[in-house]
Amino acid sequence: MLKIKEYVRPESLDEAYELCTRRGNVILGGMLWLKMQDRSINTAIDLQALGLDNIEETDNEFRIGSMVTLRQLELHEGLNAQTQNAVAAAVNHIVGVQFRNLATIGGSIWGRYGFSDILTIFMVLNAKVELYKGGIVSVEEFAEMSHKTRDIITSIIVPKSPCRAAYISQRNTATDFPVLTCAVSEINGIINCAIGARPGKAKVIHDLSCDPKTAVDEAIRQLTFGSNLRGSSRYREQICGVLIRRAISSLQNTEVHP
Amino acid sequence: MKITLTLNSRTITADVQPDTLLIDFVRNHGCSSVKRGCETANCGLCTVLMDDMPVLSCSVLAARADGHVIQTLEGLQNEAEEFIGFIADQGADQCGFCNPGFVMNTIALLREIPDPTDDEIKSFLAGNLCRCSGYEGQLRGIRAYLESRSNKQNSEDI
Repeated sequence: MLKIKEYVRPESLDEAYELCTRRGNVILGGMLWLKMQDRSINTAIDLQALGLDNIEETDNEFRIGSMVTLRQLELHEGLNAQTQNAVAAAVNHIVGVQFRNLATIGGSIWGRYGFSDILTIFMVLNAKVELYKGGIVSVEEFAEMSHKTRDIITSIIVPKSPCRAAYISQRNTATDFPVLTCAVSEINGIINCAIGARPGKAKVIHDLSCDPKTAVDEAIRQLTFGSNLRGSSRYREQICGVLIRRAISSLQNTEVHP
Repeated sequence: MKITLTLNSRTITADVQPDTLLIDFVRNHGCSSVKRGCETANCGLCTVLMDDMPVLSCSVLAARADGHVIQTLEGLQNEAEEFIGFIADQGADQCGFCNPGFVMNTIALLREIPDPTDDEIKSFLAGNLCRCSGYEGQLRGIRAYLESRSNKQNSEDI
């Protein structure tokens, strides 16, 4: 059971950062995963008053505040036009609308969960994580950073480049955790693919062939798969080939945006 | 700590613990339609509207709702009455335990998409689990309501 001694709603990022550097304090994202944990928190830090719940679109990028919910991502026209609805496809199997109205992109990226659909899709969109103190790093780099880092994600930045993208996941049943996640993008002629829920966290395979069969061979050579109650490593490897093939084929049937 | 929120059009100020969940807060304030189900944010039984958006009250701190508007089925009886009979007519209410959460999310669905397709209904209500019905009764009920509403509007237009 989650126990919280104090709840604070900071009015500035400085105040939030100062609080989050203290031992036993935790920043609340959507709180959905945190709530499942059996732990005691000194101060729960709620970022809702900091204006981090908007998606700002400029000529060059989408700047997604860390408190933007998965439902906002699902419904954002610009982001989904840029990605041929791959962002919506990555989130719309996550539990239900009520869940997605709470879960935040910041919490999802910060957790670097193995099962994360969010990590998988944003890795191939060349997205960057903006940290309050740590500067800007790619999502791929952020995924490898230590969980002990004390910082605050302020936004996720998705550059606007001519892009084709596709997202597919395999689930044993609707709304369940994925058995495998697969995102593919073609940006400036380069095809990248991220595979998550292996069950380890998503990993990017760079510069794949545009021939689906060759791409599958290239990707599987570089990936490792494990087993858990949702599927065996062998099953995941088989599914991985199917998902990559389908995703790359679907790229070839879509128009580059913009 | 003290919080102030609007619950079904009533302003309520109350003392809560930092880890009090919204589901416990609203139930302690007379909203027993909000059911405790899975407590793992999966079943949708505890759905309430927070600033008009459906959320899982089992996963929201009461403290986070400070300053927000919360609605439960107790405050939305008239809106629910428009379609709930159609769902009952299809035998979709068996044990009935999932019903308040299902009705709350259907209200949110019909506000956001007034004339949803079957796929939109299924997708929007995917977070409301029902162990009795297999979901077909609810789908038929919503379809019947939409058809009845459309027929009524057509006859008014004539």
